Amino acid sequence: MTAAATHAADRTDSPVSHWVSYRRFIWRSLVMATDGPLKFYAWMTLLTAVALVGANAWAHQVADGMIITHMTDHVSWGLYIANFTFIVGVAAGGVMMVIPAYLYRDKSMHDVVILGELLAVAAIVMCLFFVTVDLGRPDRFWHLIPPMGRFNFPVSMLTWDVIVLWGYLLLNLHICGYLLYAKYLGRSPTARWYLPFVFVSIIWAISIHTVTAFLYQGLGGRPFWNSALLAPRFLASAFVAGPAFLIVTMFILRRIAGVDIPDRPIQVLVQIVRVTVLINLLMVASEVFTEFYTGAAHSTHARYLYFGLHGHAALVPWIWTAIALNLTSAVLFLHPAAMRSMWLVIAACAAAFIGVWIEKGMGLIIPGFVPSTLHQMVEYRPSLAEWQITAGIWAFGLMIYTIALKIAVPIFRGNVNLAQESRTRTAPPPHHD
Amino acid sequence: MNDARDERRISLPVLGGVSRRTALKGAGAALGLAAFGAAISPLAHFAETTSLDEFLQKHYKELNEDDKRAIFARLEAETKQRYGAEVHLRDPQPISGVRFGYAINLSLCNGNGRCVEACHRENNHDRDTNQSYIRVFEMPKGTTDLAHGNASYQHDVPQEGKYYLPVQCFQCENPPCVDVCPVEATWQEEDGIVVVDYNWCIGCRYCQAACPYHARRFNWKEPEIPAQEVNPDQGYLSNRIRPAGVVEKCHFCLHRTREGRMPACLEACPTGARIFGNLLDPDSDIRWVLANKRCFVLKEELGAQPTLFYFFD
Repeated sequence: MTAAATHAADRTDSPVSHWVSYRRFIWRSLVMATDGPLKFYAWMTLLTAVALVGANAWAHQVADGMIITHMTDHVSWGLYIANFTFIVGVAAGGVMMVIPAYLYRDKSMHDVVILGELLAVAAIVMCLFFVTVDLGRPDRFWHLIPPMGRFNFPVSMLTWDVIVLWGYLLLNLHICGYLLYAKYLGRSPTARWYLPFVFVSIIWAISIHTVTAFLYQGLGGRPFWNSALLAPRFLASAFVAGPAFLIVTMFILRRIAGVDIPDRPIQVLVQIVRVTVLINLLMVASEVFTEFYTGAAHSTHARYLYFGLHGHAALVPWIWTAIALNLTSAVLFLHPAAMRSMWLVIAACAAAFIGVWIEKGMGLIIPGFVPSTLHQMVEYRPSLAEWQITAGIWAFGLMIYTIALKIAVPIFRGNVNLAQESRTRTAPPPHHD
Repeated sequence: MNDARDERRISLPVLGGVSRRTALKGAGAALGLAAFGAAISPLAHFAETTSLDEFLQKHYKELNEDDKRAIFARLEAETKQRYGAEVHLRDPQPISGVRFGYAINLSLCNGNGRCVEACHRENNHDRDTNQSYIRVFEMPKGTTDLAHGNASYQHDVPQEGKYYLPVQCFQCENPPCVDVCPVEATWQEEDGIVVVDYNWCIGCRYCQAACPYHARRFNWKEPEIPAQEVNPDQGYLSNRIRPAGVVEKCHFCLHRTREGRMPACLEACPTGARIFGNLLDPDSDIRWVLANKRCFVLKEELGAQPTLFYFFD
């Protein structure tokens, strides 16, 4: 950030038009996105390989039909929608950096807030992919786009989800794009071009996850989801998983990419997770109490999930793993050493991330379908193709996030800007690794 | 891609001023694109079997008579080509003043499963998965809790101490499945039948999640039916052979019932347990049943208001 001030001296309030400078900005971004040390290429090659395996599996799914998944008329949503639900939370979780940065004017958070906003972009792209691969007829996606399509708004919650997800993607693309471009020009960003969008994005982050929860909790025929607690629970776990991912990202940037991130933003996120992890556990406990103490027909899904039902227990090991991980993460986060020990915090973040992934992925979607609405026991285990496609989308999301950071970090630190470019036209980018 | 070690200004002989790093990046990108092309090559098959006309086809409610004629001709030709069967596609409309209702006498039903079979044949269901819109639960007497039911019994019927509960789409007056559809691919017709435009459905299966009665089926693959078994009498919104990747459901055999015939399941029932008719006609059998029998519906508390009723004599 201090580098920006030095460059401000040779800033000549952009003698070139935006037409030229924006093109140069895009070109520079492309160069930075594809330049890096060997470990960067190795990482990107690995992700590309996994993404290609996923793309191939998806192509087969479209050509041969969704019969290659293990979904059935009984369990009609599976691994894709489970991951979708979780990733919407990660996208919303990025806002936990935006709130301290912009509402509480935390200076240190302000300097790294773009990590959260870029995470939202990558996560929303993953969400859109997860929904698309779940479609039986992806060729008919345009039926969703008015005016050619027919958009069942406002009755269908899915149409709300389309709107909030695309809206959140565009908001964050604009905010990140504008801030980076301004930084590249060596100017300080003009408040009216981004601040209103930032405040809208805070509310919008809440909305994407609320709407996603409403998708499930509005279904009267699915008692496992039909609970008013679902949306608050989604938000609480999102504010665990999102910050957990960001904390680890900051440690990685520090250690592997040599970016000097101060302790302060990490500590702020740890303090946030200390609260959200407990709120999430409290809500899970409240849900579990209602299910089991009442013991009515409603509890069959919870019984299936936690203990198995009529000899069917596919999810039991998953959910107890999730509970163990969530409890472990809570203990680790609350430990006083969490403010000092990097490895302890990383362990806590990993436990929280995986715990929430299970709890509100497979642990939330599948029991909604088992037993079925007519009380039949049909279990679900994802097929190889489903795992391949899912891994492919994760790899693709990580590619987007890696590239975004690759571009954003040097620009944000003032290492790359227009003034410097003009001086040394085709000089290689400064490597900080 | 291991050029990170050396520095960038080394130029390759052929590429003149281009740096080695840029050349390798280009090669990497080309390789990546080629690999991506190979990875998604199975899509070519899908593109071949999906015509442009099908891709661009409008929603059912936006089709005029000419559009329909062209589409029906295309679908008939496709059925001929893929299944080797000559079929006739029609689009019978709801009759004004008619609202269909169904009732099943559980004291008569003995679980013989003829209705399930009749539905399977009438509606051109996939032979491989033995699909049908109807499933019959064998229930122990003394409970209506489906948790105690068995829908896959394979023995002689009726069994001592059991009764039989056929379940199919209840054509709810307040259908949750219609509300959730993001693209209006499913809707309730004036005669109460909830239909699906199989050429508009995007296959998101939200309706399957929303239906409290497991009435909807998804085409996980293209249905397989031998040419001689294809039912050629087909309705566009009912029993035509469905494409892969879309949702389907019971439609009260509208290609029959809108022309004064009875649903295939009723015709096949040897016990006389099924009563079908017009709820708006005070002299109909269904109205007599509703007025004189103690009828009930499944999961009434959900408020979906089924129009298929059960009763015991």
